[in-house]
Amino acid sequence: MAKLKSAEHVASDAKRFEIISTVILGILAVIALLPIILIVIASFTDETTLLRNGYSFLPEKWSTDAYVYMLQQGATIFRAYGISVLVTLVGTVISVLITTMIAYPMSRKNFKYKNLLAFFVFFTMLFNGGVVPSYMMWTQVFNIKNTIWALILPNYLCGAFNIFLVRNYYANSIPDALIESAQIDGASELTIFFKIIFPLAVPTVATISLFTALTYWNDWVNALYYIQKPQFYGIQNLLIRIMNNIQYLKSGAASVAVGTGAIQLPSNAVRMSMAVIGILPIVVIYPFVQKYFVKGVVVGAVKG
Amino acid sequence: MSENKSKPIKVKTKYAKSGPLLLIAAPGILYLLINNYIPMFGIFLAFKNFSYKKGIWKSPWNGFQNFKFLFHTKDAIIMTRNTILYNLAFIVIGTIFAITIAILLNALGDSIRTKFFQSSLLLPNLMSWVIIAYMVYAFLNSDSGFINNTILEALGKEDVAWYMERGYWPFILTIVYLWKNAGYMSIIYLAAIAGIDKSVYEAASLDGATKMQQIFRITLPLLKPTVIIMTLMAVGRIFFSDFGLFYQVPMNSGALYATTQTIDTYVYRGLMELNDVGMSAAAGLFQSVLGFIIVVTANAVVRKVDSDNALF
Repeated sequence: MAKLKSAEHVASDAKRFEIISTVILGILAVIALLPIILIVIASFTDETTLLRNGYSFLPEKWSTDAYVYMLQQGATIFRAYGISVLVTLVGTVISVLITTMIAYPMSRKNFKYKNLLAFFVFFTMLFNGGVVPSYMMWTQVFNIKNTIWALILPNYLCGAFNIFLVRNYYANSIPDALIESAQIDGASELTIFFKIIFPLAVPTVATISLFTALTYWNDWVNALYYIQKPQFYGIQNLLIRIMNNIQYLKSGAASVAVGTGAIQLPSNAVRMSMAVIGILPIVVIYPFVQKYFVKGVVVGAVKG
Repeated sequence: MSENKSKPIKVKTKYAKSGPLLLIAAPGILYLLINNYIPMFGIFLAFKNFSYKKGIWKSPWNGFQNFKFLFHTKDAIIMTRNTILYNLAFIVIGTIFAITIAILLNALGDSIRTKFFQSSLLLPNLMSWVIIAYMVYAFLNSDSGFINNTILEALGKEDVAWYMERGYWPFILTIVYLWKNAGYMSIIYLAAIAGIDKSVYEAASLDGATKMQQIFRITLPLLKPTVIIMTLMAVGRIFFSDFGLFYQVPMNSGALYATTQTIDTYVYRGLMELNDVGMSAAAGLFQSVLGFIIVVTANAVVRKVDSDNALF
């Protein structure tokens, strides 16, 4: 075994470990933040500086041209932003509603089909039909291609992970006696759910709302499969399109574009400024919601 | 299922009326039926020679032809190999990073410092793959990327065409994966460490154990169950890859397919870019079935190790 050490030794060892932890975590935190900082700085860099020096943390010349350009030519951007906001709101509201509703009977000990329902939900975590059958169903049977529904309906409305998160919360935090006394008072199941259960579940509703809102805001896969018309693009898919388009302009049409220097699109900076406004809502609400996020991850991992 | 383990007297359960409760569950049930269960039956598409002209029902059956073609190409081996190897690398390296971060965060206790570090490390997890692809592009693109223009220039090295050189991508993708997920993965380990009885550490430091000894003799052994569970859950998903990481981050660059193609990107490309529905469906079914087998196996192993943590 290790040799015994004096109390001072232990104390100084603890101090040293704290310093080392701080340094290592400090470095990791900087690495985590640097790419985000880089795109923010790039979005405020002068276009000619970008062309000469590339993206850099210390640009020679700063500029707000990219943001000015976005404000002036912003119709497409605002529209995409609006679609992202709409899809996130509608998707989250519907999702929270049906998720909390299906979780409620699963939490009731005296519900006859409790286990059957739990298995029905759980099995979706074990096996899935894959992308091709889903795609065929949504496009050939439900015809959602190029509609706003394509951004809301497939994949994210009612996931097993969230259902179990809510089910566990109901089962552990809402006493049976509460439900029984409401029943004695003659309340129907629907009344009990909407008047008692749902309001009591606020903490878990906050958590799944957060998860779901993030999923919808960050989603680009549904549009990749189901949307061909750019007027239905949210901010993520507009970003994909702009990345491809500018690349295309650069490789293919460089010689053609030389003569037409009239409107200068600060393309490199605009790209990054759009990415910045894409993450802006997340960064703004993040400090307020982090605790729900962490709690949800822990609770969800403990028992699926 | 564990709630009624030890009931002293067998009481006959009086069931609630099922009708109203089923009604409340109905929207969710309907959604899962449509979104998850109908596509399960749609796997028959893998056995058809699908054409959009004839549609789902009228396209002719072709037995195992799709699978035969699929496994005759090099693609099948490459995408399966990539999917598994990346997942293995992510599990091993990701777990090491996550545990390290959790131990360091725990060492700093409850302080503003800790909060700041944890917030910073979690933030990347909230970014979409599209945004992350932009960040990677800001570093790697050959004309204006930070690496070529600033770092390699300072070192006096030649520019690298990152999006054309497949050899770098296993490293790039692993770094990007860690950047996005390490902080997130550490949450669970931090919670597990917080659950360890403090008096064990106090006793150890009274006996003169250094912090490093405490980590290796107390923390890590006590984290073992958590590591096993998390690893087995990840192994259960070993045939699935994060589509965004492998599609968006390499900017869909064809030159990189040898090291960036996974089953998920192959299925997407087959369906949407090559219009080879049958082959794509076959690859998807191959993935689903292997995934199902391995998740059931992994769960059986968990149940052997620690039945409380088994999924089912």
